[in-house]
Amino acid sequence: MHTLTLAAMRKALESGEFSSVELCQHLIDRIKLHNKTLNAFVSITEEQAMDAARLADEKRASGNITGALHGLPIAHKDIFCTDGVRTTCGSRMLEEFVPPYDATVVEKLKSAGAICLGKTNMDEFAMGSSNENSYFGAVRNPWDNDRVPGGSSGGSAASVAGRLVPVCTGTDTGGSIRQPAAFCGITGLKPTYGRVSRYGMIAFASSLDQGGPMATTAEDCAMMMNEMAGFDDRDSTSIDRDKDDYLSSLDNAIDGVKIGLPRQYFDAGLDASIASSLQQAIAELEKLGAKFVEIDLENQHLSVSAYYIVAPAECSSNLARFDGVRYGRRCEDPTDLEDLYKRSRAEGFGREVKRRILVGTYALSAGYYDAYYLKAQKIRSLVSQDFSQAFESVDFILGPTTPTPAFKVGEKTGDPVEMYLNDIYTIPANLAGLPGISVPCGEVDGLPVGMQLVGNYFDEARLLNVAHQYQVVTDWHTRAPG
Amino acid sequence: MADDAENRVGNEVVAQVAHLARIQIESDSVSSYAAEMSGVLELAAQMNQVDTDSVEPMAHPTHAVQRLREDVVNETNRRDAFQKIAPSVENGYYLVPPVIE
Repeated sequence: MHTLTLAAMRKALESGEFSSVELCQHLIDRIKLHNKTLNAFVSITEEQAMDAARLADEKRASGNITGALHGLPIAHKDIFCTDGVRTTCGSRMLEEFVPPYDATVVEKLKSAGAICLGKTNMDEFAMGSSNENSYFGAVRNPWDNDRVPGGSSGGSAASVAGRLVPVCTGTDTGGSIRQPAAFCGITGLKPTYGRVSRYGMIAFASSLDQGGPMATTAEDCAMMMNEMAGFDDRDSTSIDRDKDDYLSSLDNAIDGVKIGLPRQYFDAGLDASIASSLQQAIAELEKLGAKFVEIDLENQHLSVSAYYIVAPAECSSNLARFDGVRYGRRCEDPTDLEDLYKRSRAEGFGREVKRRILVGTYALSAGYYDAYYLKAQKIRSLVSQDFSQAFESVDFILGPTTPTPAFKVGEKTGDPVEMYLNDIYTIPANLAGLPGISVPCGEVDGLPVGMQLVGNYFDEARLLNVAHQYQVVTDWHTRAPG
Repeated sequence: MADDAENRVGNEVVAQVAHLARIQIESDSVSSYAAEMSGVLELAAQMNQVDTDSVEPMAHPTHAVQRLREDVVNETNRRDAFQKIAPSVENGYYLVPPVIE
């Protein structure tokens, strides 16, 4: 039952092969069993989930279907606020935080009938590429428990890869959906900035953050996107534009589609084993009629440096709200207000979060703003212009999702900059606000490899279409860890 | 623009920035924060490889402008729900240590 895709589970529920109660109980049992090694869930919401499953079965029996995801199990990254359910964001600061409202994404999936089995582990405040920065402990990669699942949506990626839940929500600020999807051998979509509401999604870097689906297949991502996407007037940067039907175009033929291969991605710096997986994927897509051309994205190499100014700067502003007064952790016996702020924040935040707040505060402080933040926003313009130019002649851009397969736990924790370089291929799409998807395309020494496709603004439906067509003729996405 | 020397952060800068950010940093970890911050700023210095004098900074990826709404009340008062999760409240007020002696 647990190896089925979301789409297959839906069919099985419709045909009465099994009930929502049976499905959810089976998955919750698996979560409890495997969480001891994977640590992928921070909270398991068994009681609420089973109540919802019973209700879903009753409604189905009386012919009353709530929506497209009626009775289907999902899990939320613990960055999405859930009414009455603890939302930690992977931080000691929010260890006991129970939001009094639902994020828009949570609300939309609930009203489509989905049942949330729990909240998945993540790097604290989504800052990290390995899920080692969680206050609740590192998540393990189900393909090799000595390795990281990637981050920051590492709990979501490990849960889907370990077949604990068919789909999860994730968020992507610099690659936090796509990089863990690649490390865990699953499919993850970062939509266009503004396509999925950020309301109730705890903010890290507001000009980059975007929620999206993580699943085994592009089809399941499309099912999720059909519910998650859309305008929300509670998010001031939500784009007022009709959403597409992401499912209806999945079966379109992709012959004649033009895909750009950036010279800068396929240069000597690319890991040889990743390059050979990508070459095989390119050959498969060519058989489906895709045409490949070489392109240039000249300023890509500056993306990481610009990102690690913009993201910390915005994080230092956003995380100023955690003051020990209105919600979140408060230190014991503060002597005065300043002591209250300083010790509450010192106790509540982990090392990586503190470091980014310090870097961001420095970059925004008087005398440094032009040299760092303004400069970084100018680099963003250059990176974005490179993409716009490329999209004049191609429909998509293909490259690696990550420089290497999943690395070992502890391997890169000593040097933050080395950790940051993991995001080298994913960050550019965030800086430009473009949609990107990571799709499993090979294995190196038993570890999954992901390819990334970046599309033009609001081209999620076609991205999912290409990914789906690739998955029709390949089986990398069907492989599960042993 | 900052040159390489300026990208190295000293202990006193860490202390000053930590104060601005209202985060207490233990004195024995100041120098390791200084080293890590210097590493990140060195990475940021790669931006100087390109001349951006004539480049407009990005304001929004899809050039969207801030949406405005009518100036009317559109949310209900949920003070009790919000204060229920506060560390310390009394009679509808958030409690903090005295700020005026």
